Amino acid sequence: MEFDWLEEQPKFLMLGYGLLAFVVVVGGLLLLLDVVPSWFARRREAQLVTAAASGAPLPRRPKQREGLFALFFLLPTLLLLTIGLVAPAIRTTLLSFMDSGSDEWVGLRNYGWMFSEDSIVRVLINTLTWVLLVPLVATSFGLLYAVMVDKARFEAIAKSLIFLPMAISFVGASIIWKFVYAFRGDGQEQIGLLNQIVVSLGGEPKQWLLDSPLNTFLLIVIMVWIQAGFAMVVLSAAIKAIPADIVEAARLDGVSPWQMFWQITMPSIRPALIVVVVTLSIATLKVFDIVRTATNGNYDTSVIANEMYNQAFRYGENGQGSALAVFLFILVIPIVIYQIRNLRQQREG
Amino acid sequence: MTTATPTVGAGTQAVGKTTTAGRVRKRLNTRAATLISIVIALLWTIPTFGLFVSSFRPENQIKSTGWWTFFSDPQFTLENYQEVLFGSSSSSGQLASYFINSLAITIPSVLFPLAFASLAAYALAWINFRGRDWLYIAIFAMQIVPLQMALVPLLKFFSTGVTVGGITLMPAWDLVDEQKFAQVWFAHTCFALPFAVFLLHNFISQLPKDLMEAARVDGATHPKIFRTIVLPLITPALAAFGIFQFLWVWNDLLVALIFAGGGDETAPLTVRLAEMAGTRGNEWQRLTAGAFVSIVVPLIVFLSLQRYFVRGLLAGSVKG
Repeated sequence: MEFDWLEEQPKFLMLGYGLLAFVVVVGGLLLLLDVVPSWFARRREAQLVTAAASGAPLPRRPKQREGLFALFFLLPTLLLLTIGLVAPAIRTTLLSFMDSGSDEWVGLRNYGWMFSEDSIVRVLINTLTWVLLVPLVATSFGLLYAVMVDKARFEAIAKSLIFLPMAISFVGASIIWKFVYAFRGDGQEQIGLLNQIVVSLGGEPKQWLLDSPLNTFLLIVIMVWIQAGFAMVVLSAAIKAIPADIVEAARLDGVSPWQMFWQITMPSIRPALIVVVVTLSIATLKVFDIVRTATNGNYDTSVIANEMYNQAFRYGENGQGSALAVFLFILVIPIVIYQIRNLRQQREG
Repeated sequence: MTTATPTVGAGTQAVGKTTTAGRVRKRLNTRAATLISIVIALLWTIPTFGLFVSSFRPENQIKSTGWWTFFSDPQFTLENYQEVLFGSSSSSGQLASYFINSLAITIPSVLFPLAFASLAAYALAWINFRGRDWLYIAIFAMQIVPLQMALVPLLKFFSTGVTVGGITLMPAWDLVDEQKFAQVWFAHTCFALPFAVFLLHNFISQLPKDLMEAARVDGATHPKIFRTIVLPLITPALAAFGIFQFLWVWNDLLVALIFAGGGDETAPLTVRLAEMAGTRGNEWQRLTAGAFVSIVVPLIVFLSLQRYFVRGLLAGSVKG
């Protein structure tokens, strides 16, 4: 039992350098922005003075330097986005048409591999299952809960409890749920909640995470558990934003709660609903941590993001990994187009 | 969940008739809804609660009986935490070291995008220059690029530098041990910027125009307006993004796995925990305590600053 603080010192030193770099870069930029314009102003003043003294025509007023300011304000962001996102994305697209060592062009071979290799087809099917189920279940649950808890007592606490998993890492959540799914052999006392429930109902304990395709659904439960809170919070805010007089008018007309829900609530929160579904779909497409922590993609549970990591960073198959990344990007595009079209309709309508 | 469906909006059922029976029924319905929502909320918490309880039980207990037996046979120990945080054997976790890594990774990874994005968002909202709208749309659109698209080349960028036509534009970073933090900061900053700019732009562009123009007329330059007027006004937005980014970085696995490596010099808690879950999946005494160590910081941040977080979430998702 020992913990050597001295060994940790270089880390704090490095953190110190990082913070110093932050102060120097940001402070320096702000200082530069302050100093340079006033220097220009002074120089112009001097020009005016000399011009006036010599009786020469006054120099024309220089153009506004707005563009220059904008450039400096935007410089760090543009630089980092170019280096960290734009250039790599273009490169990944190119790599996806090359072989594993990125030496030779192979055309569409990596994409062909994706749809012909059985294990990868399985990965694609799994991803599809995730993307269909998570947004649907999480949003429906969030909506139901938001409607139910609206104006109930203890609303704030109840909402906080549902929302809490948002703060927990996917890794932490996976461990929490692995513990729920834990298995002890028949005859032993169960330590996992799920098997305990099964056993107390007279069933046989199961190795839940080894059993395909059930295990994919059990992993999906983890994601729903985390994301339902997000859906609930956004939809709850949307429900509260419905004008009170509309609700009141409907009530005076004597509509039933059922009609109220479908004819007043649903149309009013439609924009928020779409945003939630779109956000969840995109997040689900990229899910990686849950699969990696819970099963490491074994037992037929792998998804695209996990397979992409394996191909590119474990097997050194840069071409195939890149092709999977590009495919992920292609899958996101229709979702985004759908959202943009919706936003536009909303503005017009 | 299915049993809850009929109670939706049930509180309004009896409105219109102000009979006593109607009022009683309405109150009962509201009570039922309250009750069901609380039960669901508790169910939602049970998995976390089970993990939390287990982390305080002795090893042999965790491995042989369910955590619910704790309430009939309470045995309490802090040994798991002691072992998982400071244990010296390589299998014990040594999470204290990884905890420091998580801190060292997270703090700069929050500060840099916060500063850069607020500068950029101000320029995009209040400085007039050609192509401003297009630039904003371009940055906005980058939000949809999955970070998977950037991983392979960015790692290559760090390890081999940039060479164009035989000319080295940037040498390899060649970082070792804790210096690799810089790679992680860099990666997280890049990946955070599109969303950060979008979120902060939402706030900054809604500041009153009169205020800005008055400041301009008074001769204030853009940097001055930014520092003295804009920054103080957008503190709630900065807080919202700060919390968002903090949770994201602290909880991230993928970026850390690739750019920090797996050693105890740089890897954060998530990487170590995922590894433990894979190789020591049955050492529940360590996994439960370890998971809780990694959860506790974001939980505190989240619970104390939830208001800002929710506001940011709503601004980021609904107004967009």
